[in-house]
Amino acid sequence: MTFGPAELICQLLVGISRSMILFIVCAGLSFVLGVLRIPNIAHGTLYMIGAFATFSITKMFAGSSGFWIALIVAPLLVAVVSLIAERVLFCHLYEREHLMLLLFTFALSLILGDLVKIVWGAEYKSVSAPLLLKGSISILGASFPRYNLFLILVGPLVAIAIWLFTNKTKIGKISRAAAVDREMVGVLGINVSWVFAIAFVIGCYLAGVGGALVAPTVSITLGMDHTLIIEAFLIVIIGGLGNMWGALVGSLIFGITHSFGVLFWPQFAIVFPYIAVVIVLLLRPKGLLKSVW
Amino acid sequence: MFKNIIHSKWFGVVAGIFILLFICPLFAPRFFVYILALIYVTSLLAMSLNMVVGHGGLFQFHHGVFYGVGAYAVALMLTKSSMPMWFGFIVGPVVAAIIGLIIGWFCVRLTRLYFGMLQISLGSLIWAIVFRWYNFTGGDDGIHGIPMPSLIASLNSSYYFILIILVICLILMYMILKSPFGNTLQATRDNSQRCEAVGINVKRYQLGGIVVATFFAGVAGVLFVVLERSVFPDLLFWVLSLEIFIMCLLGGWFTFAGPILGAAITVALRTFVGRYTEYWTLILGIMLILVIFFLPEGVMGFFQGLFKPGKKEVTERGKS
Repeated sequence: MTFGPAELICQLLVGISRSMILFIVCAGLSFVLGVLRIPNIAHGTLYMIGAFATFSITKMFAGSSGFWIALIVAPLLVAVVSLIAERVLFCHLYEREHLMLLLFTFALSLILGDLVKIVWGAEYKSVSAPLLLKGSISILGASFPRYNLFLILVGPLVAIAIWLFTNKTKIGKISRAAAVDREMVGVLGINVSWVFAIAFVIGCYLAGVGGALVAPTVSITLGMDHTLIIEAFLIVIIGGLGNMWGALVGSLIFGITHSFGVLFWPQFAIVFPYIAVVIVLLLRPKGLLKSVW
Repeated sequence: MFKNIIHSKWFGVVAGIFILLFICPLFAPRFFVYILALIYVTSLLAMSLNMVVGHGGLFQFHHGVFYGVGAYAVALMLTKSSMPMWFGFIVGPVVAAIIGLIIGWFCVRLTRLYFGMLQISLGSLIWAIVFRWYNFTGGDDGIHGIPMPSLIASLNSSYYFILIILVICLILMYMILKSPFGNTLQATRDNSQRCEAVGINVKRYQLGGIVVATFFAGVAGVLFVVLERSVFPDLLFWVLSLEIFIMCLLGGWFTFAGPILGAAITVALRTFVGRYTEYWTLILGIMLILVIFFLPEGVMGFFQGLFKPGKKEVTERGKS
């Protein structure tokens, strides 16, 4: 096999565009992990709900506008689901042991996963990209899908939005403070329980955004949550727990190693990112960037 | 050591249960025997996990990998090599323990959540290799129709084989947990700083615990192959690992026999609920939430609490 530079660049860009979806999901996971200190296993299932909801909404509005509406509505739907789960069940458990919280999120993912099966059935679903983003452009003679270009543009926008939220808004600052020292935040008279709720919902909202964005690029199926959540965990770990830029670096490592794996050794493409993660963890056991813990 | 086992007041009850289970195939229907055997395999797996989780205090998040590795090792030995068949039965647990040693060696340098996460990543690496290596492991199809020695070829004889191995393993595990090694392991769970202060190499004991636990997980993997005669990559997937974790929690993870109860409940429910509805995981999830809210020490822990009121230390142990 021989590759020209055009193929390599294209594959790199495909890797980066996939990384952007991973980044959006992982930033949400990392945010929840930073503030609540819980690895939320249900995060992947919420991402799956986002993708399925995008399918339904796109179908509901025939025509090209459906996807854009879905991109706004589906994440909000996910946020509502997570808010209900948080306020009804999860908020009573914060005092409990860590492992219990982890298992609770696993139980939540089992329940939500089966609810998805009840609502949408077990068949494969697919969403077509909106008209504006269909087809591909040519980069140095190799064709590159427009939708992936769109993803590469969206990723940094989301990163900037999260950065603005955590650094410039009051609630963002409070949640950052709660990540560092939650007792102190409580002492200052801030309702920590609501800070947790808001942080949880925002994290899950990002999972929904990721699910909506991924919908046109993959076949939407039950079980997509299981593969994603494990990747998201690893990305958050190699990036440094709770660090948003770490999630970006981790996603890029994961996405790019995978796309080059596809190019060089397709059969074992999924092995490459795991090897990269193991190497990073052997060199920097606590992640590349500083963890907020 | 044996005196302790025989003199404990539960001995009569436990022996009675085992005798009942032993004569079970004489009158019980075939399907029931199969489910019982599946419960034995699963409970051995849950018990082996509980050695490091409940007694060792480690976040062993990806225990399923060692189960799968044990199963795949024996399956590959039986289908691809011309070695004597029984040799494969020893190879399974040993390979699992070696993988446990390698993964554990990396993991024990970290603590708690980082430990669990590194284990998930290393375990997923093994899963990904097994999942993709079509020529060797059969990829996502797995390996089916594995030949068995004629001695344990029928369902009833494999039932007895599994039960006997389970009893031997349970006695061994009990002895290990009551040995100085087991006591030290539990001490490192309760207060690792103090252990280090009195000169115990905490990491080495944790690694030892992992190797022992993964060995027994490998035994469970071998027994799975004896029962099912097939292996598939889902055995190494992280969802199974968390299910085993749930079994420990459900049964009561600070008790010795709790995981057996948890495994029995989970397998039985999966079988009988699965007959009526395809939404089995929904039921499991709701059950798990109920346990988390109302029985944080598991079913076994709850009953022990009933019989021994005033013994509150169990609740405190999990924290720290």
